[in-house]
Amino acid sequence: MNDAVVLITGARKGIGRYLAEHYVRRGAQVVGCSRSEPDWSLEHYTHFCVDVTHEADVRKMVTSIHKQFGRLDVLVNNAGIASMNHVLLTPAATAERIFATNVQGVFLLCREAAKVMQRRRYGRIVNVSTVAAPLHLEGEALYAASKSAVVTFTQILAREVAAYGITANVVAPTPIETDLIRAVPQEKIDAIINRLAVKRLGRFEDVANVIDFFVRPESDYITGQVITLGGVS
Amino acid sequence: MEITQQAVSRQQVVDIILAALHDVLEGVAAEATPALDENTRLIGRSAVLDSMGLVTLIVETEQRLEADYDIVVMLADDRAMSQTRSPFLSISALADYVMQLVVEQSV
Repeated sequence: MNDAVVLITGARKGIGRYLAEHYVRRGAQVVGCSRSEPDWSLEHYTHFCVDVTHEADVRKMVTSIHKQFGRLDVLVNNAGIASMNHVLLTPAATAERIFATNVQGVFLLCREAAKVMQRRRYGRIVNVSTVAAPLHLEGEALYAASKSAVVTFTQILAREVAAYGITANVVAPTPIETDLIRAVPQEKIDAIINRLAVKRLGRFEDVANVIDFFVRPESDYITGQVITLGGVS
Repeated sequence: MEITQQAVSRQQVVDIILAALHDVLEGVAAEATPALDENTRLIGRSAVLDSMGLVTLIVETEQRLEADYDIVVMLADDRAMSQTRSPFLSISALADYVMQLVVEQSV
């Protein structure tokens, strides 16, 4: 990863922060974004306060990255929001918010990143989905639907950008001890874990391991793929 | 992080499109690049590009306008697609459309 320029959305905390630190350790120049400033800093890490649903701000950020570093090698679309609720009790505003961040945000980042990546005929895009989609988890209909959209979007994107030397893949993590699941009752988490082949919560390292594989230069023949953690298929 | 608009002449826009088109053709064509000028067709039966080549040309033109002149435009929006005379018909038509967008942005 020496000298590679890596952009990670939702980098302020959780998986995003872990990935930022992980790729800095591996010698990359990492750029992260989130809606608010992180309470940490790192050498070889630059942060942008950007809401991924704002087209103009996303475009300006990617332009700044291109101007500053002259390239963008890797995009990890990690930013996402979840709202666990019964469909019958879910306000329309919640649905709009989830789809804006989880689908439109991914689309905007992929579009702008791919424009820059195509100039060097090289790029690696990894979008983050969830096991909530293949497991059809009750209470997560909108979240899972938005992440299913991410999978389909990525699979078609992969075909559209392949000629530019850009790959696009998906990692679908199991629940990990992050803010996203902190409010979920333990019995619900246990029920999910019981449906996995490997019966434990996910770890940040598990996610990074899959992303490491997708972003290797040698993985240029691997695109449009989904790797789901925990043995879910 | 506001992007300042700079004036650009139509000829400069034509030059950017020509340079972008030259690079795109060089990347895909096995034979020598054809002679290019303002009348070079970008779509239709006599076009020098296939559909993927046109996508690349549009992206390259947008990127170069931004890099060289700080001009941020989205060339392939709904409006462009609904024009009676396609802005992607020829280099001349595309340059006219870019200038139209630049003028509108500066008002």
